[in-house]
Amino acid sequence: MSGLTLEKSPTTGDETISNYTINFGPQHPAAHGVLRMVMELDGEIIERIDPHVGLLHRGTEKLIEHKTYLQALPYFDRLDYCSPLCMEHSYVLAIEKLLNIEVPERAQYLRVLFAELTRICNHMLNIGAHVMDVGAMTPNLWVFELREDCMNFFERASGARMHSAWFRPGGVHQDVPLKLLTDIGDWVDTRLPELFGDAMSLVTDNRIFKQRNVDIGVVSKEDALAWGFSGPMIRAAGIPWDLRKSQPYDVYDRMEFDIPVGTNSDCYDRFMVRVKEVYESAKIIKQCLAEMPEGPIASDDRKVSPPKRGEMKQSMEALIHHFKLYTEGFHVPAGEVYVATESPKGEFGVYLVSDGSNKPYRCKIRPTAFSHLQAMDFMCKGHMLPDAIPVLCAIDVVFGESDR
Amino acid sequence: MTVLHPAPKISTLTNIRETLSQAMGDHLLEAREEHGEFLFSVKREAIDDVLRMLRDEHGYQQLMEIAGVDYPSRAERFEVVYMLLSVTKNHRVIVKVQTDAETPVPTVTNLWPNAGWLEREVFDLFGVLFSGNTDLRRILTDYGFEGHPFRKDFPLTGYSELRYSEDEKRVVYEPVELAQELRTFDFLSPWEGADYVLPGDEKAEMPPVADPKVTDSPKDTGAGPKTDEKAANKVSEGSPAEKDAGEDRTPPPAPTEDRPARAKRKGKTTDTKAATTPRKTVEPNKANVAPADDAGASGDKAE
Repeated sequence: MSGLTLEKSPTTGDETISNYTINFGPQHPAAHGVLRMVMELDGEIIERIDPHVGLLHRGTEKLIEHKTYLQALPYFDRLDYCSPLCMEHSYVLAIEKLLNIEVPERAQYLRVLFAELTRICNHMLNIGAHVMDVGAMTPNLWVFELREDCMNFFERASGARMHSAWFRPGGVHQDVPLKLLTDIGDWVDTRLPELFGDAMSLVTDNRIFKQRNVDIGVVSKEDALAWGFSGPMIRAAGIPWDLRKSQPYDVYDRMEFDIPVGTNSDCYDRFMVRVKEVYESAKIIKQCLAEMPEGPIASDDRKVSPPKRGEMKQSMEALIHHFKLYTEGFHVPAGEVYVATESPKGEFGVYLVSDGSNKPYRCKIRPTAFSHLQAMDFMCKGHMLPDAIPVLCAIDVVFGESDR
Repeated sequence: MTVLHPAPKISTLTNIRETLSQAMGDHLLEAREEHGEFLFSVKREAIDDVLRMLRDEHGYQQLMEIAGVDYPSRAERFEVVYMLLSVTKNHRVIVKVQTDAETPVPTVTNLWPNAGWLEREVFDLFGVLFSGNTDLRRILTDYGFEGHPFRKDFPLTGYSELRYSEDEKRVVYEPVELAQELRTFDFLSPWEGADYVLPGDEKAEMPPVADPKVTDSPKDTGAGPKTDEKAANKVSEGSPAEKDAGEDRTPPPAPTEDRPARAKRKGKTTDTKAATTPRKTVEPNKANVAPADDAGASGDKAE
């Protein structure tokens, strides 16, 4: 058997101590996708973990170099397929920064509103998966109901449940119906707190859940900084760092919300930070709904955002603009920017290099999970084998994004 | 430049470019501020010193990302770009170095533990070497992959594809065979940097002819009495369409009771006015007579 190292016992001489090397994954229900971890175990104690990623590598960045800026947008939905709109957010902001175009207020409010809905949607999946991986079934079924509601909202706004491609450079693709906004308002006021509160009441004080999570995978503040942590991972370590607050984009600077932080920096704290973030997101959604102005939903710069369908039928110029935008696309002035937003999982960045043509010269995507997953080895060292599962869950890893 | 875009607002620090440029001293090659971002190009061999200095003395605690970029036209084709973040100053800087496929870049794994995977990724996708990184394995591509796929000269389709072979009962690798050529459309308009030649444009590049054609005598131009004579003749004798009109056409379908034939036009008029103005007295029977006759006549002929 390969990987089995036999070692003479220092005491008696007739028994042998052996270190196991086992494969966790690439197909494992708790791996949240295709993750292979080569684990070296001393009995049931983890000595070393070597995560092998890249099994879902699709060469997204290379493909983007061969597409126009607008054609590249749907690739972002397919990165972190659990929070697609937040992926698009970084990309459209990077393009807007290079173009330096104005985005109408309503579009900015809509983007913030749907980014927060996406955050809830993402956390529902992660929270549900986390409790299920440590043994509970019911809460997962309940929070999936809420996730389904979110999906329905996305569908009503964009026509697609997951891969919306709804954020566009210069605004959003289409305006939302008024009824959708009122429905979201009702949902945030009634269904979300009720159902989510019920589900969490089963979990947060549960003895078994705490036994599996408290004091597991503790990371100090210094380590969290050094390992490049972001998002709930760094907040659980007690550092109140949130890009929505510290480097606000769109209309986040007008929103009032709190940043939940952890005290103990273990898996339980990371879980609870996400639970609290759901309520904060609900707060932001309510403010968006209350303050959202009427008006256009996309830039009126016809060299970037297409004209309305009706206008196209009347005006020759609008028709030409439409044709040019959907064949040649728009040209982005040469330059390079790094734009990072607070995705549900942490800092999601796009390093966009433009050479002045209609295609990105290079589009480097900074996945959140890459730095976190790398720390698996140091977070799990000395823990028991089953403890690797909550640590992995608390990272909130999605391989579409990690492997690109 | 006034900021119109809604991208993340980063705190504005005064004189950050000057301060950091001074701190980097000789190591600095170029300092730029672009779209409110600070980019420093530094000497390759000094990258670890510069980053250590930024981390320890200027509070850039986090290494968020290392990106590779390939510029094949440059002498040192690869750029390795480090994104640093300061959570205390709420500020970002970008530091970059240039290198080629042979010269290694000093590793920063001794500064930040998460640099390991980031450097592995740049190595895997671009083939940039990092000296001092003890674990420079491939990370994103397949086990046993050859080449560095994000280089600009690596084709989008790659060189090999894999499938499950029913004969060999295992996954086999084969050279890529495309059923259809990969479609790359060039949508750039010819005024904005497309590099193809418009029809006629090639003449602009043609060298001048040694002895140019001149038309000094009538012989050269083709003029003369012969041409005059030809020109005096009428060229066409009525177009064939006009000549055979009405004879060679497909006949209309035979009239039936439901669909009686149209009444024959009187004279050669093409004026539709007479046909469209309503007649005062309608005589359906009379109108039907003529086609009936017609049909009968043609039927006789056939017999």
